[in-house]
Amino acid sequence: MDKKDKKNNRRNFLKNGLTVGGSMLAMGMGPAIAKDSSGEGKSSGEKIKVLTTDGKVIEVDKPKDDCKIDPCEPPKGNAARQGIPGRSFVMVIDLARCKNARKCIEGCQKGHNLRPDQEWLNVYLMKDHEEGEPYWFPRQCFHCDIPPCVKVCPVGATYKRQDNIVLVDSDRCIGCKFCMAACPYSVRIFNWEKPPESDVPPEDYSPEASVPAQIGTVSKCDFCPDRSREGKLPYCASGCPMGAIYFGDKNEDAVSNGTETLRFRQLIKDRVGYRYLDELGTVPNVYYLPPVERMFDYKSGLNDLPEEKKEVYKDIMDGENNKNN
Amino acid sequence: MKKLARNLETPSRQWYMWVIILSLIVLFGVYALIRQIQEGQIITGMRDNAVWGIYTANFIFFMGLSYAGALVSCSFQLLRIQWAKPLLRMAELITVSTLIVGAPYILFCLGRLDRIHYLFVYGRIQSPITWDVIAISTDLVFCAAFLYFTHIRDFAKLRDMEGLKVAKWRKKLYGILALNYRGTPLQKKYLHQAHDIMAAIIIPTAVIAYSLLSWLFGMSLKPGWHSTIFGPYFVVTAAYSGVALLIIIMWLYRKSRKLEGYITNKHFNYMAFGLVLLTMAYGYFTFSEYITDWYNQTSQMSALLGKFTDMSQYGALQLFHILFTMFVPLIILGLPWFRSINSITLVSLFIVIALWIKRYLIVVPPLETPFIPIQDVRPEYVQYSMTWVEISLTVSGLALIVLIFTIASKIAPIIPVAEIEDVEDTAKPLIRFQTKGA
Repeated sequence: MDKKDKKNNRRNFLKNGLTVGGSMLAMGMGPAIAKDSSGEGKSSGEKIKVLTTDGKVIEVDKPKDDCKIDPCEPPKGNAARQGIPGRSFVMVIDLARCKNARKCIEGCQKGHNLRPDQEWLNVYLMKDHEEGEPYWFPRQCFHCDIPPCVKVCPVGATYKRQDNIVLVDSDRCIGCKFCMAACPYSVRIFNWEKPPESDVPPEDYSPEASVPAQIGTVSKCDFCPDRSREGKLPYCASGCPMGAIYFGDKNEDAVSNGTETLRFRQLIKDRVGYRYLDELGTVPNVYYLPPVERMFDYKSGLNDLPEEKKEVYKDIMDGENNKNN
Repeated sequence: MKKLARNLETPSRQWYMWVIILSLIVLFGVYALIRQIQEGQIITGMRDNAVWGIYTANFIFFMGLSYAGALVSCSFQLLRIQWAKPLLRMAELITVSTLIVGAPYILFCLGRLDRIHYLFVYGRIQSPITWDVIAISTDLVFCAAFLYFTHIRDFAKLRDMEGLKVAKWRKKLYGILALNYRGTPLQKKYLHQAHDIMAAIIIPTAVIAYSLLSWLFGMSLKPGWHSTIFGPYFVVTAAYSGVALLIIIMWLYRKSRKLEGYITNKHFNYMAFGLVLLTMAYGYFTFSEYITDWYNQTSQMSALLGKFTDMSQYGALQLFHILFTMFVPLIILGLPWFRSINSITLVSLFIVIALWIKRYLIVVPPLETPFIPIQDVRPEYVQYSMTWVEISLTVSGLALIVLIFTIASKIAPIIPVAEIEDVEDTAKPLIRFQTKGA
């Protein structure tokens, strides 16, 4: 071999060696980089003193007593797309109990740092037909099994998880609002202007907690998975003074409103639970118990409302007044 | 050729004033857009129910106008229709300019323009928006290529023309753009083949692109949108609006450039005939849609149709639309004593305006009539009303189209000279008919 060949051989060797070595390094580092930072463990950083079985006093990490589902920290970024394994969240709303207290809305807005006019959860006055009596109808996101919103998102910012929950990733959303146009139940809202200030810094954003919100993105009810990780009910369910909102797990066949826990399937069977606009084929996961044998007259829900809000129900009220006359 | 080339010579003061005025209008639109990006879309009229307003209506409207070149001009080319030769370049310019100006409107709807690249980085093929992005960019590339191909022979003529009073750099530019076309038989054959291939590709591309756009709405569950007729309906509407706009442009150039020799009564008559056919087709589709929705109404559809018949809501707009797209054209264009070059153009202008109103009626009222009735105290959440931002962006879009035409007609004659003068340059007819005479 003459000198030129030798030089080329060395050059080729270095080139090949670096390529193979570099790619092996990258492959090795890949999983490490991709690993989510959500498995922080259950420790809260403090230490407590405990007594061992053979009489010694030692210090151990104080466990986060809020944590019921591991990991406790709501996952960030793409890790939030997996969902809590083995769960299948579902909600049941007892329309016989709702009297438009709107505490569910207040709790939701407080917990998710929303302005009072931003309603992920809205309570409507519904009247099904001429002969029917109006009733109050709380409407969260239905977290459908065949969500029309997920189908049309051009960038995959909204997704369906294995625990039934449909979330929105504010870091990915481009604000095209196609999901808002596609949702038949009008559950989504848009941040047209700068959202309210939040104590949570942007790098701590998790789609499960949905704070802090970002301007120009879509947001909606998220079934509070961050609260479920702590073993708590969503803000709406725990805030309702009538216990009208039940939240639970289809796999466990149990739903609770904070006071009582019932068997989900039996409840739907006994009280003839239905889903709103079921015929649209979206397969919602929020069930309604018909307003039979109501605890309160629907008119009591109008009492504490400001005048401009009462105007909104004018058509229904006029229909009712004409009927009675 | 000499007479047409005179328009290309060193521009007058008037021309510069015109360009400056148009540019100022366009710049004001840019300013409105910057304000929108900085302050958020709260300064537009869009809110949580009517999430799409006139941006989307403009988008559909301009895309529809692009059919003038895509469908009309390419069909004329393939069918070797001789009388239409003077109109070809105008039609293709309409296509390219409306595609360039119309496509950004859907981007103005985005709340996060800083994340626009996500459409490509994270694009989901299942989403109708992704289909649109692919289809419209393909359509634009094809139409731009076609526009260039049809200019090549004219660039060659301008390069070779003696006594053309243009700046030296422009003469050189013509030389470069002509791609060394010398009129040899082989070059003629290849260029003609290129024309035919592009024309043949563009027609299905345009039909597909506009159908995909219609399915943005048609595949949604909303009453007023969930209609199986939307694909063909939008295609017919687009052809209709394209032909109407072409007539308007024909009239404008004929008046301002004194082109009575090239754009004659015959052209207006034939175009009017095409417009009548399209009026009937459009009327049939519209009637079919509304009567099917009306005969057995679902309760959601009742709410929407009620808005279209109520004069205090959308009734007036709907009446204007139906009158000027289905009835007035048939009367004015169909009856010979009403038909004249000016009346044909006036009718076309009203058709274009009425079709913009139709796009608005497709986008906004169904959004204001969701399945769960809106029970909101804020009036701007109940009904959509446009703000200065949206209006100025619409006006500046129109100004930009006029600006593109102004500049393009200074680059090459608006009448494709090579097509008209080289009469012996007729290739084999695409479809051979057994007829006597041409």
